[in-house]
Amino acid sequence: MNRQVRRVGVVLALMFVALFAMASSIQVLRSGELYADSRNVRASYETYKVQRGVILVSGTPIVNSAAVNDDYRFLREYESVIYSPLTGYFSIFSGSTGIERAMNTYLSGQSSAQFFEQINALLDGTPVTGAAVELTINPDIQRAAWDALGNRKGAVVAIEPSTGRILAMVSKPTFDANLLAGHSYGEVIDAYQNYAEDPDSPLVNRAIGGDLYHPGSVFKLVVAAAALESGLFSASSEFENLEVYRLPGTQSYVQNASRTTCGTGETVTLETALARSCNIPFAMLAVELGEDRIRAQAELMGFGRDLEIPLSVTPSIYPAELSLAEVGLTGFGQFDVRVSPLQMAMVTSAIANQGVIMKPQLISSVVASNLNVLSQPAPIVLSSPISRETAGYLTRMMVDSVELGIAGRAGISQVAVAGKTGTAENGPADPYTLWFTGFAPAEAPQIVVSVVVEDGGGIGQNGTGNQIAAPIAKAVLEAALK
Amino acid sequence: MSNLSLTSAIPNLIKAVPRSRNFEAVLIFWVSGIHAFALAQIQLSVLQVMTWEMLLYWAPPTLAAMIVHWVLRRYAIKADGLMLPLAFLLNGLGIAMIYRLDLAELANGGNDVFAMRQVWLSCFAMLIAAIVIRLVPNHLSLRRFPFVAGLAAVVLLLLPAAPVIGRTVNGATLWVGTGELSFQPGEIAKILLAIFFAGYLVSRQGSLAEIGSRVLGVRVPRAKDLGPILLFWVASLGVLVVQRDLGTSILYFGLFLVMIYTATGRGFYVGTGLVMMVTGALVASRFFGYVESRFDSWLDPFNSANYNAAGGSYQLVQGLFGMANGDVIGTGLGGGFPQLIPLAESDFIFAALGEELGLAGVFVILAIYLLLVYRGLRISNSHPDDFSKLLAMGLSFVIGLQVFVVAGGVMGLLPLTGLTTPFLAAGGSSLLANWSIIALLLIISDSSLRSNR
Repeated sequence: MNRQVRRVGVVLALMFVALFAMASSIQVLRSGELYADSRNVRASYETYKVQRGVILVSGTPIVNSAAVNDDYRFLREYESVIYSPLTGYFSIFSGSTGIERAMNTYLSGQSSAQFFEQINALLDGTPVTGAAVELTINPDIQRAAWDALGNRKGAVVAIEPSTGRILAMVSKPTFDANLLAGHSYGEVIDAYQNYAEDPDSPLVNRAIGGDLYHPGSVFKLVVAAAALESGLFSASSEFENLEVYRLPGTQSYVQNASRTTCGTGETVTLETALARSCNIPFAMLAVELGEDRIRAQAELMGFGRDLEIPLSVTPSIYPAELSLAEVGLTGFGQFDVRVSPLQMAMVTSAIANQGVIMKPQLISSVVASNLNVLSQPAPIVLSSPISRETAGYLTRMMVDSVELGIAGRAGISQVAVAGKTGTAENGPADPYTLWFTGFAPAEAPQIVVSVVVEDGGGIGQNGTGNQIAAPIAKAVLEAALK
Repeated sequence: MSNLSLTSAIPNLIKAVPRSRNFEAVLIFWVSGIHAFALAQIQLSVLQVMTWEMLLYWAPPTLAAMIVHWVLRRYAIKADGLMLPLAFLLNGLGIAMIYRLDLAELANGGNDVFAMRQVWLSCFAMLIAAIVIRLVPNHLSLRRFPFVAGLAAVVLLLLPAAPVIGRTVNGATLWVGTGELSFQPGEIAKILLAIFFAGYLVSRQGSLAEIGSRVLGVRVPRAKDLGPILLFWVASLGVLVVQRDLGTSILYFGLFLVMIYTATGRGFYVGTGLVMMVTGALVASRFFGYVESRFDSWLDPFNSANYNAAGGSYQLVQGLFGMANGDVIGTGLGGGFPQLIPLAESDFIFAALGEELGLAGVFVILAIYLLLVYRGLRISNSHPDDFSKLLAMGLSFVIGLQVFVVAGGVMGLLPLTGLTTPFLAAGGSSLLANWSIIALLLIISDSSLRSNR
């Protein structure tokens, strides 16, 4: 009988070998694939075990993690919706966006800079705490921009031109991140569905992403810069002062916004054309410059370039392979030119900062829970797209624009404000996109601000950039200069 | 001293050491330390502090194991010295994991806790084992009542299907109970069946092995001798139909086949039996929806239709996710999310341990089971008496087969069944049955050495 017992022993051994093999297959060979399965919630639970770092503005937390008594241990809390487009949300059930996503390795304590903290945590059992992320945002300017935009759809970006620090970034309509960071699956998914299906796209940060906007007349700054940099034109270069202009090779006509000539003379200078924001001289200028020169200038200023601030910025577009007529239309920011408000702020900061664009930056510092500074981004030059002289000429034209009244509603008493408005057409019957971009004080710029208002600010084709966008910019400039 | 003589001394050491009761005491002490360490790690990881409450989960089982040890010292001093520490190790690991799941449940605001209950059930089961060792000094007396044991087993197996007291849990009719008390009679039935088979087969050994006509070169037993195997096949299918549990019928039929093979040494029984078992299972999967859906979930667990179906592969897949999360060294006790797996404290405790102890832990747990089973086979192998041989063999095999079916089910190697993981899973019937098996094996091993003298 012992022979049988030994054989049964062999059979049992084979059974266990099968178990060993199966366990190895699951826990080693297939573990990555199983861990990544979308139905496996462990990965998101894992990040929740760490007390995520706070997000600070001017030393005050705007996002923090409060200890709660459930599986997720901490509930992410967002102080105010005015920061939602920046911070984004951190959700167990629908992913993360904004700073929460871009700075996740720091906030969750997983960054390599926190290596020694992680080792400590392993040894003495104290859990790793995520690092705190301090933003460059100035809460007063942010609040002013939020309030000034009111309940219009659009965005406001404010930058310190000498450093690239982003002082304010507002996008409306927006969302309540608390609804997406909750721990109840049903509620979070419902809230997410509502936001995702909302035709006004509240989850999109319009200042840097989304579908981008037609720039309209604010793009004239780029065209004027290209003209001055080309050496073919100067501020006093003259253009024929027409009432209507036929685009080359077509039967299409271009008018100035005033429906008449640009001032009274036989000719109009570049300077006057920009200050008065006349379309015809810029169409003629664009045709003479050609698409390549304009695109080269635009790209020097950041068009077509991926940028992380560290949020990803959707690259602005200057179209390619244009007919002459289309080039003419791009001269005043129509046709397929599409820009983000941040891009317009960068163009403006090149003018404000004597021809140098500093890389826009949203992170002031990252500080670990043991108060080690993990990261403190220094100001970086992004590009030098125009000369100091060109910047000076453009500044003068923009100051004139405010003083002459074309962008007059951004004017502040005792302060020289440089500005440029835009009123972009989107389609024959569609509401305008209204713009203002500018800076102050003109002689020593402290702040650049770009404002975009969608849907004609609610009044269709009756609004202008000066009427709707300029006062918003004014409020932001005043908050900064106070 | 040369290396050669050292090497040749090792078998003697292995032989000598496990029989020592002192060595057993040292092992129990050591195992108890492992349990304390596991409980402390769980408290530190989940609660961040160690509390005196830990002692409630640690001290009673240790005390019970020491009582069993003391009874062995008094009444079965020659018994195997490894089985008690090994079973105790598994039992304590199970309590620790159940306690860890309780803490997660409490943190989530629930109050479905099992660990304290498991502690007292373990103590109870170990004390029953001690009583069995004390009161059944000679297991050969069991040989006298094979048919009583067999009849009792059948009654126990049919009990869950009885009106009033029968209960169906998760689709399987494996329980009897009233109110709070419930019991899985099938667990006890497996011991009675082993006793019955051993008694019956020893008395029929000769006729089953040698009589019969040759058909195509294979000796086919007489219908009279073949009767029982057919009867038992039908009975196993009956269990499958009545109890709706594939695992139980695999377990009993497997036990039967192995014991009849061991008794007769004839592959014919195993071959025929396996063919019949596979046929039976395939036919059942065609005719019974619950078997079919189990098969579907097993063959394609990640299919979202199976995953989302009620009673589908959700639990299996969650268990696989857990084990995958454990990777090679595991998340550490208290570091994973075993509470996400449905029934992690009972049916899926293997997956829960796999998540927190990793592949390393799974290997160790399987190795402990294998060692336990091999100690049993060794007892069978070295015992001079055929009944004892068969009984020890059957009891050890049933533990091994049950681990294979449960762990294989949890890992997707086999269709999922309602069997419990011996010693680890929460549940009194299982603990009672498996500790009784340990007690019987210890008695047999003791008698083996005594009769050798």
